[in-house]
Amino acid sequence: MLSHEEGIRVVTRGLILLGIITLVEVAIALVGNGHVIHGLHLPKWVMYPVMIGFSLYKAYFIVYEFMHMKYEVPGLAKSVLLPTLLLVWGIIAFFQEGGSWRHRREQINEKNKENMAAPKPTGFNVTPADTKSFM
Amino acid sequence: MASVDTHVGHDVQQENWGGGAEPFKASYGKLMMWYFLVSDAFTFAGFLIAYGTLRFSSMSWPLPDFVFAKIPFYSGEAPLIFVTFMTFVLIISSVTMVRAVQEGHHGNKKGVVFWMLLTILGGLTFLGCQAWEWTTLIKGENVSVTRNPFGRHTEDGVYLDASGNETAETFKVGDSYLIHGHEHNGQVEFDFKKYKVTSGPDAGKVAQLEFGPKAFGALFFFITGFHGFHVFSGVVFLFVIMLNAASGLYHRRGNHYEMIEKIGLYWHFVDLVWVFVFLVFYLL
Repeated sequence: MLSHEEGIRVVTRGLILLGIITLVEVAIALVGNGHVIHGLHLPKWVMYPVMIGFSLYKAYFIVYEFMHMKYEVPGLAKSVLLPTLLLVWGIIAFFQEGGSWRHRREQINEKNKENMAAPKPTGFNVTPADTKSFM
Repeated sequence: MASVDTHVGHDVQQENWGGGAEPFKASYGKLMMWYFLVSDAFTFAGFLIAYGTLRFSSMSWPLPDFVFAKIPFYSGEAPLIFVTFMTFVLIISSVTMVRAVQEGHHGNKKGVVFWMLLTILGGLTFLGCQAWEWTTLIKGENVSVTRNPFGRHTEDGVYLDASGNETAETFKVGDSYLIHGHEHNGQVEFDFKKYKVTSGPDAGKVAQLEFGPKAFGALFFFITGFHGFHVFSGVVFLFVIMLNAASGLYHRRGNHYEMIEKIGLYWHFVDLVWVFVFLVFYLL
């Protein structure tokens, strides 16, 4: 059990840490999308990993400090945290699926344009020539 | 049995099978709260992965700092400022919850009630902010579960006026737009502006604005709504437990206010989910 002073210290540290990380994340989003310095855009591959990393650290901090996972026995921590590794596969599989879906959409768009560009048939001469003789 | 059991073996048997042993040295309630949270985490993860999949599958996606750029009492653009405020409200309410749990460990009833009350106020503030955010999107910008007037251009172009002449208003690939709507006889009428494409294979063609990916509205309202519902039920539980604590119930139980710890786990989890909702909806 933490003493009163230790408790306050944990709380203050958490507040400052989570607050600053959130501000940094928002700052990256705003600067990277050109809201702060006109014309400056950061590439997505720089912004995204940093923001995802910071968010994962926030999650770690909330679980380990605020939810006291640090003070639980290792077995409890493992039984809670290891199953979440399944999500790694979920993310890979479904994002792959989304990417493939988008590829199909692009293909359909291209094909639609091709049809529009092709010359229109000049007459309705698609039925066989002898069709009318039966009428 | 007794004839073959050694004295030591009997002791071990008593220890493991006699009952009263706590797996993982955690009480039943706390352990089950953890496993409930694991299952809830999977539910949210499923939703967020669905969001990612649909976003990946779309040709364009609305830019968050264009969509979420409104704040109360100010008509200009303030990208992400309001949601950052909402995030801080949740962080602060998480911190006051930690204080309530600490006071519970010290058996300080007044401290528990005081910090829980602040936590509840934080939760209510968050819900109020979300209500404002939803109202702005639904009433002001006409987003619904099946309609999304926010989009991004996939070509460069120039807007045309009513008679089809080019205006000074140009845009580039990736620029955001909102199709403005106005109420007319109880129906929303949208102003699908016409524009002339100035880049790519379609250069020179005249087109008009189209709604953005439909899934955006459904995903936004469903996922933030599901999170908001967690906040709401959290506030209800916090309120009940605060009253119980004030009545001295947990003091009489003599288990160091364990109930506060359990609702604390739930409340921190709500904050934890928001970290990821904030990441995928507003930052990425």
